Amino acid sequence: MLFANLFGKKKSPAPPSRQDKGIMIFAHTSDVIWAEELIRKAGWQIRVMGPPAEIQKGCDLVIEFPLIEQMNILRLLAAEGVTPTDVVPVTSPLLTPVDLFHTKDFGDYLMVRAANMKMTVRKQDLTIVNISGGGCPDVPYLAEQLTGQKLPEAIPPRETGHTLCGYALQLAYEELTRQCLS
Amino acid sequence: MLVIIGTIPDPHFPLVCGQVERRNDQIFVDGHAFAMHRGTPALIGAAVETARTLGHPMPHVFLIGDEGLGHGSRKLYAHLVEHIHEPEPATLVFHYLQPDVDWHNRILMAIDELCRPRPQLIADAGFMYAAKMSGFASSYDLFTPDMGELAFLADETAPHPFYTRGFILHNNSDAPALIQRAYAHDNAAAHLLVKGNTDMFATNTKCHWQLDSPSSEAMEAMGGTGDTLTGICATLINAKHPLPQACFLAALTNRLAGQVCHPTPETQVIEIINAIPKALEMAIKQSSTRQ
Repeated sequence: MLFANLFGKKKSPAPPSRQDKGIMIFAHTSDVIWAEELIRKAGWQIRVMGPPAEIQKGCDLVIEFPLIEQMNILRLLAAEGVTPTDVVPVTSPLLTPVDLFHTKDFGDYLMVRAANMKMTVRKQDLTIVNISGGGCPDVPYLAEQLTGQKLPEAIPPRETGHTLCGYALQLAYEELTRQCLS
Repeated sequence: MLVIIGTIPDPHFPLVCGQVERRNDQIFVDGHAFAMHRGTPALIGAAVETARTLGHPMPHVFLIGDEGLGHGSRKLYAHLVEHIHEPEPATLVFHYLQPDVDWHNRILMAIDELCRPRPQLIADAGFMYAAKMSGFASSYDLFTPDMGELAFLADETAPHPFYTRGFILHNNSDAPALIQRAYAHDNAAAHLLVKGNTDMFATNTKCHWQLDSPSSEAMEAMGGTGDTLTGICATLINAKHPLPQACFLAALTNRLAGQVCHPTPETQVIEIINAIPKALEMAIKQSSTRQ
């Protein structure tokens, strides 16, 4: 019985190792958004995350990537003219961004909130009628560009946004597109 | 003097300083014009209408264009560390600025060195994010977070509302616990005006009041309604209303302005701004009746 307890007990699964991961740090969040798209299109598994506390400066994003692929990924990015300011191994926990959405149906309008950003469309013709939330300076800029545009024809926020708020707005845009057009 | 510091969503808008003036649906400052949509322009529009209704001077502003890359914000920060005391501010409002802890701390040091007497400090939007991350949140007299931003203030590890743990699950009923937690970690200003379905006003010791009517559900979808609340509130504080009463009157005015213009989710914030004079008079009347 004792042996069974000592040796027969199933081991609980170990937390996933992060030692094979690195993070790429960029000068601007817009570079992160652009690099993310390039790397994903090339087929690598990556995650956009918040940096560990020791390198937080403002509203930041970093890309977590498989370290073994560092050279290939950097070559791809260099060819496209987007270069990280630093590449380091993951040594501290990264912050997980929000990945849940809140949808509110106003009858004639549908609103989706992703993190701190909200986007609302008129159901009848899928016109973006309002953008709300956020605190970074690209929010009013993106709102000016997007309000009045039709959802399928609008320039996605990732193409002109630069901050975490812009990134959250991209998530809201993708979720609205999924709900309205799929 | 009420001084508003923020950004215009136009990368070509230059650094301008001066007293604002409203002409039709535009704000003019130092020969430059902009529309009162969301963001700092909406806050300024609300401050202008509140000051006009009270018969007070128009606010002074420090503005620059910034589309989110932060170039404009940093240029403005560099200007402010030398000129933040011109003209003598009684109330300083910091709004949509690129969050940057280093620049935030230099601005705070400049205020301590240059501004006599020390003005009342209000932070909202991006500058509130930087104020929290700097560890100097308690140097401020008022933060004006929405519920998501309150969750961010309550989370001592979050550098931005995007990363707030369990963020999306928070609702108004969580507010008292989040307020308590924000103060426990020194991540709140001396006073908090929490904007949402229920507006609430709190200090380190307690939640002083809550307000949930009149209510216009569509205002949740409208961009800029939080900015108008901060603009009304800052103007009333600058007009020497005690801070708790100023916040209450501002919250009631913003709600009444919503009620007056019967918003739908596609109503733009300019309609709220235009309704402020009528709403403020109604709010003053209602408040005096209650007392």
